[in-house]
Amino acid sequence: MAAVTLENVRKTYTGNVEAVRGVSLTIPNGSFTVLLGPSGCGKSTLLRMIAGLETITAGTCAIGDRIVNDIEPAERDIAMVFQNYALYPHMSVYDNMAYGLRNRRTPKDEIERRVAEAAKLLGIEEFLARKPRALSGGQRQRVAMGRAIVRDPQVFLFDEPLSNLDAKLRVSMRLEIRRLHNRLKATSIFVTHDQVEAMTLADQVVVMNGGQIEQVGAPTDVYRRPASKFVATFIGSPPMNLLPGKIVAPGQIEAGGGALAYDADAFDARVGAGVDIGIRAEDIVVGASGGMPFVHEFVEELGATRVIHGTVAGHPLEFVTPAAAELAAGNSLRVSAASPAAVHVFDPATGRSLRR
Amino acid sequence: MEKRAIFGGWLVPYLLLVPQMVVVLFFFYWPAVQTVWQSFLLEDAFGLRTDFVWFDNYKDLASREYLQTIGRTVVFSTCVTVLSLSIALLLAIQADKSIKGAGVYKTLLIWPYAVAPAVAGVLWLFMFQPSLGVVARAMRNLGIPWNPMLNGNHALLLVILASVWKQISYNFLFFLAGLQAIPRAVHEAAAIDGASRTRRFWTVTFPLLAPTGFFLLTVNIVYAFFDTFGIIDAMTGGGPSKATETLVYSVFFQGRLGGNLGASAAQSVALMVIIVALTAVQFRFIERKVTY
Repeated sequence: MAAVTLENVRKTYTGNVEAVRGVSLTIPNGSFTVLLGPSGCGKSTLLRMIAGLETITAGTCAIGDRIVNDIEPAERDIAMVFQNYALYPHMSVYDNMAYGLRNRRTPKDEIERRVAEAAKLLGIEEFLARKPRALSGGQRQRVAMGRAIVRDPQVFLFDEPLSNLDAKLRVSMRLEIRRLHNRLKATSIFVTHDQVEAMTLADQVVVMNGGQIEQVGAPTDVYRRPASKFVATFIGSPPMNLLPGKIVAPGQIEAGGGALAYDADAFDARVGAGVDIGIRAEDIVVGASGGMPFVHEFVEELGATRVIHGTVAGHPLEFVTPAAAELAAGNSLRVSAASPAAVHVFDPATGRSLRR
Repeated sequence: MEKRAIFGGWLVPYLLLVPQMVVVLFFFYWPAVQTVWQSFLLEDAFGLRTDFVWFDNYKDLASREYLQTIGRTVVFSTCVTVLSLSIALLLAIQADKSIKGAGVYKTLLIWPYAVAPAVAGVLWLFMFQPSLGVVARAMRNLGIPWNPMLNGNHALLLVILASVWKQISYNFLFFLAGLQAIPRAVHEAAAIDGASRTRRFWTVTFPLLAPTGFFLLTVNIVYAFFDTFGIIDAMTGGGPSKATETLVYSVFFQGRLGGNLGASAAQSVALMVIIVALTAVQFRFIERKVTY
């Protein structure tokens, strides 16, 4: 096992398309790191550069203390699980898992032992003689993981491995991957665009946008202390509400036709400056006097909770209430933040959080 | 969903089958039966009398000359099939790599397929004809002995090359499609799994191309046996002294030029039996090793 260190890594495709624009990142030994971002943000390219499937235009990538920029994928001691499984269709499950070991001239009894062990761990022992096409999607993904596990590599790479599975299976496979990681403790890098996957799997979430890193942190960190408007709206469902506002006094913001309190110690904002404020949907309370007048539009029923959609001073706003709570009809509602700590302040020009 | 249509009564389904059956009957079975019938007949030299001679025409096939033709055809077909398949595969692998100008390269490679066999023969003849051909002259200047008009081996080599050239495009097209159907991730997985380039080809690419390869093998053997007629006829006419006469050319020579319809028909039946047997053998022994 080893740490992975990226230093100012760039990827430029022909035609000057910049997929990755200077990423520096440390993935600690044994951690489960998730690269999260919308499609086209460069997360897969970054993973493929670590794997050696794409060349690195500039910067360095090190696995352990070895710089691997010019080292073939096979020599990097990594294993990768692909989105569409990429199993060898003409080989049995056993041969699929043994292929990498045979290429490395592992003794036969050692191969047998390792494959049997991995198969047992993944619960695919009974399929070893079958061809991949005789397996279901979930079983195929298990085989793909088995192929990675038997190699006992320094680093596991996952390229959106769950996105081809149906919703239910995705949830159970997600748990299984996490359980597997707890057991094997191997450094893992996992690419996804699904924030729930990222939140549930990761020790460290790396939020990417436009080929750059927006924020690196623990799942609760990126959720509770988003470093930018992008992270604030990308993570969380429904996304964080954003409204333009103005600092009227230390700790006081005017926004959406009402007054809000924020934690003046946490944010570095000048009095008189225009800012963007963010409040999570679950941090909004109804009925506080002096709050923002809310124009109600419609309600999304989710069973345990409901999401109320509407506008504040023309800006869309949604918030979550328990299903039992009754809302006063009409347009007379006033909404506010549950506490000063629930108000996030962003620089409207750069989109970065003004948190100290 | 029920895909089968159910017809009441027996008349409608048979009526619907009639057009297809008529085509098959008149264009396939009738000529085939005619050929078999013809192969039992012997006409005299003036065409005045036709006798039913049982298997006499077939007995004549046991001649040394005809066995030589079979041997020649085997050599010819093996060379054409092996060469056109392997060269096409090599070209397809190169074209599959993302290189600059891949589109032009592919178009140029597919071109020969649009050339009619007889025209292809004439083109090659122009290049290799001992007194006129550009290549033939160059070879003579280099001191390489070359005369397909007189030397049977030269002539055979020439028709083999022309036949291979003609078929490469077709094979190339299928191999390229086959290669492109292999997901890139499978190659990448193999690369990460530590397989060298060569090993990757033989353990991953080649087995996954096997269905395409098997199909092409069958098609190419049939091509070499039958469809090379135009090339041979245009280039050498089976000569010199039968050095390029394959089974199908012999059928033509006996029947059309020699007027010996009985012998020609018997050879035709023999050729059909050989092809059926070959194809059966392929399906029996090779297809088993192919995973689709």
